[in-house]
Amino acid sequence: MNFFLAGLCILITGGLMAWLLRRESVGLIGAIMGPLMALLAPIQAWRHGKALSISMPWNVPYGSFFLEIDALSAFFLAPILAISALGALYGFEYLIPYRNKRNLRSVWFFYNILVASMMIVVTAKNGILFLTAWETMALASFFLVIFEAERPETLNAGWSYLIASHMGTACLLVLFIWLGRLNGTLDFNGFGVAGAREAGFMFLLAVLGFGIKAGFFPLHVWLPEAHPAAPSHVSALMSGVMVKTGIYGLLQVYLLLGPGPAWWGWLLISIGALSGLFGALFALAQHDLKRLLAYSSVENIGIIALGLGLGMLGRTLNDPFLATLGFCGGLLHVLNHGLFKSLLFLSAGAVVHVTGTRDMERLGGLIKRIPWTAALFLLGAMAISGLPPLNGFVSEFLILLGAFRGISSLSPQVVAASATSIASLALIGGLAIACFIRAFGVSFLGEPRAKRAQGAHEVRWPMLFPMVVLAAGCLMVGIGSPWLDRPLTLVVAAISGQQSGQFLADSIPSLLSLTMLGTGFLVLVALLAGFRIWLLHGRPVEEALTWDCGYARPSSRMQYTASSFAQPLMNFFAAITGSTTRFKPLDRFYPVAAEFTTATPDIARTRLFDPVFRKVRHALMKLRWIQHGHPQLYVLYIAITLLTLFLWKLG
Amino acid sequence: MSSWIELAVLFLILSNFALLGASRVTTLIQVAAGQGILLGLLPLLAHAKQGNLRLIAVALIAGLLKGVIFPVMLGRALREANIRREVEPFVGYSLSLILGVFALACSFWIASRLPATALFLSRKALPAAFSTILTGFFMIVARRKALTQVLGYLVLENGIYLFSISLGQKIPFAVELGVLLDVFVAVFVMGIAMFHINREFDHLDVGQLSALKD
Repeated sequence: MNFFLAGLCILITGGLMAWLLRRESVGLIGAIMGPLMALLAPIQAWRHGKALSISMPWNVPYGSFFLEIDALSAFFLAPILAISALGALYGFEYLIPYRNKRNLRSVWFFYNILVASMMIVVTAKNGILFLTAWETMALASFFLVIFEAERPETLNAGWSYLIASHMGTACLLVLFIWLGRLNGTLDFNGFGVAGAREAGFMFLLAVLGFGIKAGFFPLHVWLPEAHPAAPSHVSALMSGVMVKTGIYGLLQVYLLLGPGPAWWGWLLISIGALSGLFGALFALAQHDLKRLLAYSSVENIGIIALGLGLGMLGRTLNDPFLATLGFCGGLLHVLNHGLFKSLLFLSAGAVVHVTGTRDMERLGGLIKRIPWTAALFLLGAMAISGLPPLNGFVSEFLILLGAFRGISSLSPQVVAASATSIASLALIGGLAIACFIRAFGVSFLGEPRAKRAQGAHEVRWPMLFPMVVLAAGCLMVGIGSPWLDRPLTLVVAAISGQQSGQFLADSIPSLLSLTMLGTGFLVLVALLAGFRIWLLHGRPVEEALTWDCGYARPSSRMQYTASSFAQPLMNFFAAITGSTTRFKPLDRFYPVAAEFTTATPDIARTRLFDPVFRKVRHALMKLRWIQHGHPQLYVLYIAITLLTLFLWKLG
Repeated sequence: MSSWIELAVLFLILSNFALLGASRVTTLIQVAAGQGILLGLLPLLAHAKQGNLRLIAVALIAGLLKGVIFPVMLGRALREANIRREVEPFVGYSLSLILGVFALACSFWIASRLPATALFLSRKALPAAFSTILTGFFMIVARRKALTQVLGYLVLENGIYLFSISLGQKIPFAVELGVLLDVFVAVFVMGIAMFHINREFDHLDVGQLSALKD
């Protein structure tokens, strides 16, 4: 625990010092040393197999400084620490062009505070401490999101993030106050289970409150706005790990409430399927590389929710195999998504860094100019599409394994849930592959579509190194999955409330065969590469145009665009995504100006939140007279409230 | 000892009425300064026997801030802003005094209803505390100038301070220092704000600030 606290101190001091001494490097050192130091704590917890904890009194009513690293916390803590340290190294290099233009010390201050608050969120075992850290996390990330506040869309993204996250906090506040009132304490270990009805409401509050942070459909609307707006290393941190604190919170509340009725599982399964489907579809429709990645986070959160929902259903219906594999798959996907989504955001950030644009229609041909970044992005894209031998496949495979076993179960509910999950996972997987083929193909292959993309140069090592580490992590988890059972067993045993080792052990042979296949594949790739080198040895190698369609003078406009690649799929799903096209075709024989635009506005925003908020705004305008701009009368309100409270309490 | 405390409390209540009835800003500042010095003395009077060092330190700092530093700052703001010296009330002086009597009655009622815990000072300090708080509120609400509002906040804080010392050791040290710091910052910020408002609009009338509302 000492390592954890020391790491926390280093982080916070680094952030403060970066602010006070106006030295970014101090912030960088704090942001790397702190997490690395703290990383020893979860490792210690795993090695000893028991929870580390510390509890100190705190001056706040009902609050206590109660931190505990149990199996669940350790599982969420480790990726947070590793990815923030890597992100810090990347960010230092990434922010160099902004020097002299903007206040970078505040970036380091808020970055370090964000990391510290995330560390506390996943370890706090007291309601007040948890909520304080939760709010700090939201505020720190808000200030990082509005880094480029002079752009109106960035500021808008910041506002929608701030409002969304406070709506979430409101739900959580109700939840914790309710739990506190029932139990007379706000320490998590004192929380008991209420009646079934109350537990149901509490679970709903948790799904709402934590779901907003996690980005469950249709609560995700802030996510595709805020994540792309932040600097890329912050996007990686937010999408890779901060979003997962929502999942952590949900699991923590599930642990406190105990196994609920079957509808809890069903709720998460349907949220998962919807998020996955819509996330993938909207990702396919985006032109902005980072926005695409943000929607793909919604999709992956959907897969996680699907796994956890299957786990909860399995636990309620006493199907230990489904419970274990569902939770295992969901949790492993939390880790995996952290790895590959950070990798993708960092490599997308490298693309932005060298080309200055996130618009895929202006990229292209980058694989020849920035081969390392391209290769790393490709690896991340393969991982996120769930292709073996990378890690994305393993977690989806575990969920599918559980679901396929569930199909032959006797309980009709399990059969229905398994069938739903299999169908939606298959559809999500297909859409994700299409989406990432499009993202990689349009941005990295072909010819550059704009000037800046032509003169791009490879980024330097501080940006490449974190990506290489993350890519290695993707590969290692993919190949080494059979050896991950120990930390997973500990966590899953805690959540599913049963000895799950044996059920996980059942699936190890299939994981081992995966490893074999993966290794075989890698060996094959290495052999082919060697063969290519041998063939080319001593022969002249010429560079030519990428295929020019037989035109004498091909131009970079004669290639598939991001929109045209997605068009068949988008047309097919137009009925549910509500995407619109505006097309003015040519009506003469010789080319003249023509135009074609597609737009896919987020349906959760246009169909759900916009109308609701418009109505609310209209209703609240009637109370407008309260806010009249006379400070004296505002103070009068306070005085009257105070007197009324006295009269009410003492009268 | 307790007779001294009662005398001090009596003076406090009287000073509240003086604040409500005064027509010149300079008088207001002087009365507030007197209140501050009185508040600084009060814990010393009550606690002279034990000679608790921490308490004496807090009392001295509070007396110095409330009785000397804030009034001097406000006086300087008054000179620099070069405003008219009248208070310019929304609510007339006589009506203010009548309302002050009601507020005092109300304070006695509230104080009598509060549960009697181990009180540090005489129980008579409680109504004085509430009436000071209410007077502060009243000054903020019913006076037009930004400067009188700052004074109102100061008086409000005096009331809170009195309340906290009448509860004695129940209120942590840090809370008191925090409150003091708050007011210090408030006076500081408002001094600057007033200066700028004065620069921009040539007057210190808060009523005109409503043009800035959203």
